[in-house]
Amino acid sequence: MENIKFVIEKSARIPKLIDALYEKMPEIESARGLLVTESYKQTEDLPIILRRSAAFAHILRHIPIVIRDNELIVGSATVAPRGCQVFPEYSYEWLEAEFDTVATRAADPFYISEKTKADLRGAYPYWKGKTNSDLAKANMAPEAYEAFVTHGMFTPGNYFYNGIGHVNVNYEKVLKIGYRGIMAEAQAAMDKLCVADPEYVQRHNFLAAVIESCEAVIEYARRYAKLAKELALKETNAERKAELEKIAKNCAHVPECPARDFHEACQSFWFIQLLLQVESSGHSISPGRFDQYMYPFYKKDMDAGKITLEQAQELIDCIWVKLNDINKVRDAGSADGFAGYGMFQNLIVGGQNIHGMDATNDLSYMCLEAAMHVPLPQPSISVRVWNGTPQSFMIKAAALTRLGTGLPAYYNDEIIIPSIMARGLTLEDARDYCIIGCVEPQKGAKTDGWHDAAFFNMCRPMELVFSNGMDKGKQIGPQTGDVSQMTTFEEVFEAYKTQQSYFIKLLVNANNAIDMAHAVRCPLPFQSCMVDDCIGRGKSLQEGGAIYNFTGPQGFGIANNTDGLLAIKKLVFEDGSVTLTELRDAMNANFGYGLSGKAAERVVNEVACSLAQAGIEVNESVIRTIYDEVTSGAGIDAQKRARYQEIKRLIDETCPKYGNDIYEADMFAREVANTYTKAVEKYKNPSGGIFQAGLYPVSANVPLGAQTGATPDGRLAFTPIADGIGPASGRDVKGPTATANSVAKLEQGVASNGTLLNQKFHPSALAGMSGLTKFVALIRSYFDQKGMHMQFNVVTRETLLDAQKNPEKYKTLVVRVAGYSALFTTLSRSLQDDIINRTEQGF
Amino acid sequence: MDIYGTKGRIFNIQRFSIHDGPGIRTIVFFKGCFMRCAWCCNPESQSYEIQTMQENGKEKIVGRDVTVGELMPELLADENYYRRSGGGITLSGGEILGQPDFARDLLRACQENGLHTAVESTANAPYENIEKILPYLDLYLMDIKHMDSAKHKEFTAAGNERILENAKRLAQSGVQLIIRTPVVPGFNDTAEEIRAISKFAASLPGVREHHLLPYHRLGQDKYAGLDRNYALKGVEPPTQERMEYLLSVAEESGLKCQIGG
Repeated sequence: MENIKFVIEKSARIPKLIDALYEKMPEIESARGLLVTESYKQTEDLPIILRRSAAFAHILRHIPIVIRDNELIVGSATVAPRGCQVFPEYSYEWLEAEFDTVATRAADPFYISEKTKADLRGAYPYWKGKTNSDLAKANMAPEAYEAFVTHGMFTPGNYFYNGIGHVNVNYEKVLKIGYRGIMAEAQAAMDKLCVADPEYVQRHNFLAAVIESCEAVIEYARRYAKLAKELALKETNAERKAELEKIAKNCAHVPECPARDFHEACQSFWFIQLLLQVESSGHSISPGRFDQYMYPFYKKDMDAGKITLEQAQELIDCIWVKLNDINKVRDAGSADGFAGYGMFQNLIVGGQNIHGMDATNDLSYMCLEAAMHVPLPQPSISVRVWNGTPQSFMIKAAALTRLGTGLPAYYNDEIIIPSIMARGLTLEDARDYCIIGCVEPQKGAKTDGWHDAAFFNMCRPMELVFSNGMDKGKQIGPQTGDVSQMTTFEEVFEAYKTQQSYFIKLLVNANNAIDMAHAVRCPLPFQSCMVDDCIGRGKSLQEGGAIYNFTGPQGFGIANNTDGLLAIKKLVFEDGSVTLTELRDAMNANFGYGLSGKAAERVVNEVACSLAQAGIEVNESVIRTIYDEVTSGAGIDAQKRARYQEIKRLIDETCPKYGNDIYEADMFAREVANTYTKAVEKYKNPSGGIFQAGLYPVSANVPLGAQTGATPDGRLAFTPIADGIGPASGRDVKGPTATANSVAKLEQGVASNGTLLNQKFHPSALAGMSGLTKFVALIRSYFDQKGMHMQFNVVTRETLLDAQKNPEKYKTLVVRVAGYSALFTTLSRSLQDDIINRTEQGF
Repeated sequence: MDIYGTKGRIFNIQRFSIHDGPGIRTIVFFKGCFMRCAWCCNPESQSYEIQTMQENGKEKIVGRDVTVGELMPELLADENYYRRSGGGITLSGGEILGQPDFARDLLRACQENGLHTAVESTANAPYENIEKILPYLDLYLMDIKHMDSAKHKEFTAAGNERILENAKRLAQSGVQLIIRTPVVPGFNDTAEEIRAISKFAASLPGVREHHLLPYHRLGQDKYAGLDRNYALKGVEPPTQERMEYLLSVAEESGLKCQIGG
């Protein structure tokens, strides 16, 4: 019998809210885009910080507001459910170019009406040359811009085109003192300013912008109070009428004033969370330690008997639904990388308090329960784990994992706290960390983390080792020498490090250029007033107002480069069975294998274009011939083809692979990871903070893999790169404990911007109390070895049914049933059926 | 005596095993078996000889000779997981009693390294072989497949007399003993058959648990790989309902019963 804490009945309201939210395709609305344009036109004489607050205030005064049926927590950025606003001050050209395709694209489509298109087309000309990305481009060294845009060596595109986001603000403070209190703080700071202070003007303007922004937020909430009152008057259902009256009362009081009860605290929280995402387009606005700052309000109501457990749970569930009401349109390329309308609002529960005591409370459990009641992508729920985490809490989290939504992610206090202390945080601040976005730790409300600053594809410098720094016919990297002349393994490894270090330098240039642009064109007074010590310093977050400043670009491809270099070491320099020239030729010929799908189309296009440029006539039959050769690999001489395939076989079958608990291979992976992390941490950003590396790709290992040719580990061209810090897909054959042991050997503490380890499980591994207990033991054992993060895909029945239908999509799907591991697609149909049935039976 | 030098023949080591004894375990599969159970999911375990089989279209050599000392690093690699989960090492097969000296020294080395030890065995061997391993064993997971010797012989190529006799002696020895029964349709999946086994198990002093392991055919593809016929072709695994019914029958014995290991 499973005995799990805080199993609470779901309110009938919740499915109704969810159904209403997902009724239609999300829609792009123009209101914010038009209002910001209108305001900017009126404020050209003002300093930028005051233009920002004026625009924010103008938007909040006029943007349409809506209270949806059945809502207890109100406030929506768009009239349409899950709609999105646009932010032309950051960039706009990409959206204009995609107006006619955005509704039909495969990843994250958005409906856009003809009226909205016309409205936005009217507003866009004003922004020409004035956007954040225009300035960022102008700031960038030309070679950095080329490496980013033309050669895809790294992609800082997220902050180049959008707001930064990736922040946790002081929710606790707003709940306790309200925006009225924050305005008073700003006013006090202003009163203290000396007019002779050399920074007087900057500080004064910033504080004035804070006050104007807070006033606008208060006014916005009052608009909701008024609307709720009007709806209440018209409402005939007595129960709903009472709810609307309570909503009206809440919005008249918060977030202006301190929250008086749990419902007000929830409403106040929601206004903060919502409006941060109206001020700027940055995603990963992370609520952080929600269970901690909400707890006093819950406790007070519970102790006073003002609220039942079920009512409290319903309010939390309502917030969960609302977190999915916020949306963002990205360009088609980014949408592939962030597929699933990702907003990355990371909410974390459990862990230690600032004194090092366990902080798990009722709300920690109830947040996990909410994630079971509301099986939607938002929020990204995270669990902090330390040696003192109650077992019942781990079991609750494991029960959530078993549902197969990929939530929660587990984080290890025992490595994160020391690793961020090594970056200069105090012990108390480090103990109070939360997670931003995907996996990035920070002390909330004190940090400008610039997490997720760029993707750095570590396989690309490896490609350049084999081309001596050439890409697309241009010398873009250092000349590290012709590989055919290299005589030792060390020479190859050095060449890789040289290539990589050079592009890290360009990455730093690109990041800092973008960073400077945000400070000049898009400082954010509202966000900044809730991060220490912006008010004290009189500076926005973007100008360096935070106590802790970092830039965190994330690298990935460790497994591929490790396996590739190990293969070179063994086959070329130990066995002498393959030469570097042969390996290079084999990689250029994709190991003698054809290409398929989009990759094939792209290569056919490239070949056709270069033929046309060379003056050769390209007709249909030429295209057909190119296509056949590209897809079959038939263009290559048969003897060479056989040799290339043999080289791949030698790599696949005879070389050691990272992820199998082989000490030497894993320690080499550690060295490879350090070539990135330790090169990155040498650099500084404009706020004086350091660069700190992350090791995780979000889901960019797929689209960026699609731009990467074959690699020396035998990975075929344009296929995905290894995910996170885990082994390359399908190459770990010794089960989850061996994989975890391997990954734990990396120096994860240096990757203080976060690491990511995904593991896949069959639900039978989590069946019953005994399954949950063993699963928890697995997490704890990885964490004993100082692993930082772990998350799980539990393979669902639907996935397995899909794998039966589309085996080509699931070539590496491993299932473990009763201790027996197999590639699912290689099993006979009847065995597959047995396994599918077992996902439900749980034995 | 150098226990680490003792040599034995195994065919697999499986880490993160969660259905073969308490906690997370690493299983060492011994090669060679005295019986030929029709449903065996590890047919490559039966012959003591090192052999080749087809797996996923490739040739694979089954069986290798190793010393205790060579095995220990891999068995210790998951020590963290054993400690956190109350797990350890399980020796399985094949029949581990076919290599009693190797089993003894391997168990002894595990205990010397602080690991919990278990065996999965049918105890179908001279009792002196069993006595060899008992000083180094924490848990005996013993299969009793059928109470009727003729039927036992029909499906496993061996009668059950020595098994039942050894079960009684094992129960006297003081080792923790759990009785396990693979539930195979057409062989022992009736209430009477399960009841008889459970009743016998309950009569053994010190035995408190009886586990029913539902037949599965996940080893079926291996028979083709060994160029052998699978005798139970077409036999469906028992349904969840059937297993729960048989569980309730087994529980009449007063033992703590469960489905799965």
